[in-house]
Amino acid sequence: MHRLGRMFLKESFLVPLVAILLGLLTGAIAMLAGGFDPLLAYQSLLKKVFGSLYNFGETIRQITPLIFTGLSVAFAFRTGLFNIGVEGQFIMGMAASVLVGVTVDLPVYLHVPLSLFAGALAGGLWGAIAGWLKAVRGVHEVITTIMLNWTGLYFSNYILNAFLVPEGAQQSEPIKESASISIVWLSELFDNARMHWGTLLALLAAVVFYIVLWKTKAGFELRSVGFNPHASEYAGMNVKRNIINAMLIGGAFAGLGGACEVLGVFHYHTIMSAMTGYGFDGIAVALIGGNTASGVVLGAILLGALNHGASGMNFGAGVPVELVRVVIAAVIFFVAAHGIVKLLRRPVVAKQKEVL
Amino acid sequence: MDLLQITSNLIHDTVVFSTALIFAALGGLYSERSGVVNIGLEGMMIAGAFTGAVVTFFVQELGGLAPWLGFAASILAGVLFALLHAVASVTFHADQVVSGVAINCLAPGLTVYLTKIIFAGAGQTTTLSTVFGKWSLPVLGDLPFLGHAFFVAYPTSYIAFLLVAVSWYVLYKTAFGLRLRSVGEHPRAAETAGIHVKRVRYTAVLISGALAAMGGATIALTTTSNFSHNTVSGQGYIALAALIFGKWHPLGALAAALFFGVAQALKGLVQVYNLTHYIPIEFIFMLPYVLTILVLAGAVGRSRPPAALGKPYETGTR
Repeated sequence: MHRLGRMFLKESFLVPLVAILLGLLTGAIAMLAGGFDPLLAYQSLLKKVFGSLYNFGETIRQITPLIFTGLSVAFAFRTGLFNIGVEGQFIMGMAASVLVGVTVDLPVYLHVPLSLFAGALAGGLWGAIAGWLKAVRGVHEVITTIMLNWTGLYFSNYILNAFLVPEGAQQSEPIKESASISIVWLSELFDNARMHWGTLLALLAAVVFYIVLWKTKAGFELRSVGFNPHASEYAGMNVKRNIINAMLIGGAFAGLGGACEVLGVFHYHTIMSAMTGYGFDGIAVALIGGNTASGVVLGAILLGALNHGASGMNFGAGVPVELVRVVIAAVIFFVAAHGIVKLLRRPVVAKQKEVL
Repeated sequence: MDLLQITSNLIHDTVVFSTALIFAALGGLYSERSGVVNIGLEGMMIAGAFTGAVVTFFVQELGGLAPWLGFAASILAGVLFALLHAVASVTFHADQVVSGVAINCLAPGLTVYLTKIIFAGAGQTTTLSTVFGKWSLPVLGDLPFLGHAFFVAYPTSYIAFLLVAVSWYVLYKTAFGLRLRSVGEHPRAAETAGIHVKRVRYTAVLISGALAAMGGATIALTTTSNFSHNTVSGQGYIALAALIFGKWHPLGALAAALFFGVAQALKGLVQVYNLTHYIPIEFIFMLPYVLTILVLAGAVGRSRPPAALGKPYETGTR
């Protein structure tokens, strides 16, 4: 029993767990203040997520891009970098894959990989810009990636307007059938929820994330640089190249996520007036997941379910969908300020010691 | 319309669009010069825009006084959000960037949530009947060309320009400013000199929130006359860019904010005169962000952040 108890008191496990509970509690308080019933609301949220095959499938659809963006943020974190630019990398991935998906004519077995590759490459290069600026010019990646997010948003709109969107329209032509990664039979099984191979790719990406970081020499170097760049340099590692590589690979995860959204869900791309939000949620996912592959998948499941369940909360308890953003913000806040969580743990730990 | 008229309009619009950026960039200045990264400017602006619009709405019967009350109330909202940032990053040593991200996530969620509760499910506040009107300065406002360009402006613009001068004075000519800057450059040395590092950082972050919120309220109470989810839409990030572009100096931030204001005014011009065949509008949108990257990369003069920026400080560490 004590061993189990201790496992639950381990910080890497406890901090995100308590943060999630505090986040839900914050949401409940906000609902009470707004005159809503939080219990009914959270119940409706769960009912929305699990209530029908269609909604369950759509929840999986919501989770998929979050795995990609979470991995992207986590990969950079492992190298000591803060990638706030996942949003921009995701958007560039969407733009590149729709460009290939619409304009190129190829058989399926070439068109799909090429479109996916274009997305991953565009995201990767967009990330590598920030990596290069950090490595070569010493510019902090937090600011460059924020600026690249907005640059990417407008740049992708430019690509759409210039090449893909018919005069007067707001969205591109649909991608060719041969570039689609939708799984038609699975969608039919899930009452026409938009199921696609991207979900499988996301899980594969998590496996790749784990193998690259923990089972390869390059991964060891990446983590080493993240842990202590000076010692790594002394040990003969090329710190600059590792920084660029980390942003390139992280960006590729994000770009691939964007490509899957276009090729699997929408099959076209719209002129965007705002960010998608997947990139920022990726930060929360990585934080909740402690920058591990399995943690990221779990974090993505939580956030995806919250995002999709929000409309159920609105329908069942009248709570505006934006409440979910409050919950997510609170979770991020409590993970960041984990000193607060530790403060709450102190009496529990003290009691535990007494028992022992 | 002749060229003179167009230029006069452009300058006028530049002042209008720059005002919110000046407020928020000054806000970022205080926080970051004290060593606390504030990418939460966007969220604090949103909080200010929301509070400014809602309070003004509820006191509309007061007429001309109403926007002033809304403007003042927005300061309170900004301080509250900044307090969250300060507690997390100064007291609990949270990663300042993550804390800022949390604020940028919380503010749009919470404000739209509250808007829907207050305005019966609508995603935006009712259009305000009283907002700030433009002030025309006596005599100067009647001058040809110059009058419309420089001396007919919203009161918030005059306040913003005044605050640039005040901030310059406070940061470079007062003991408080010296303390604030030293805490941002070398907190340990500052503490040795008897400065209470955490107290100074708290003060700086709270001032930051107040100013950013005033920037947000400016938008709601001058140009948009309401609050919705896209009232601020990224201007907090442009203000951050202006702060860096302006090399963490009040006058630099002012210049950068005006420059980005020109870009925004040009956007209107490009649309009105249908010039999008020559300059894709997206490139004008991109301008502030691309320029900031170039400045940081040293292509357009280098910008050096305060030495202790982003580093939590534990009392007594060495």
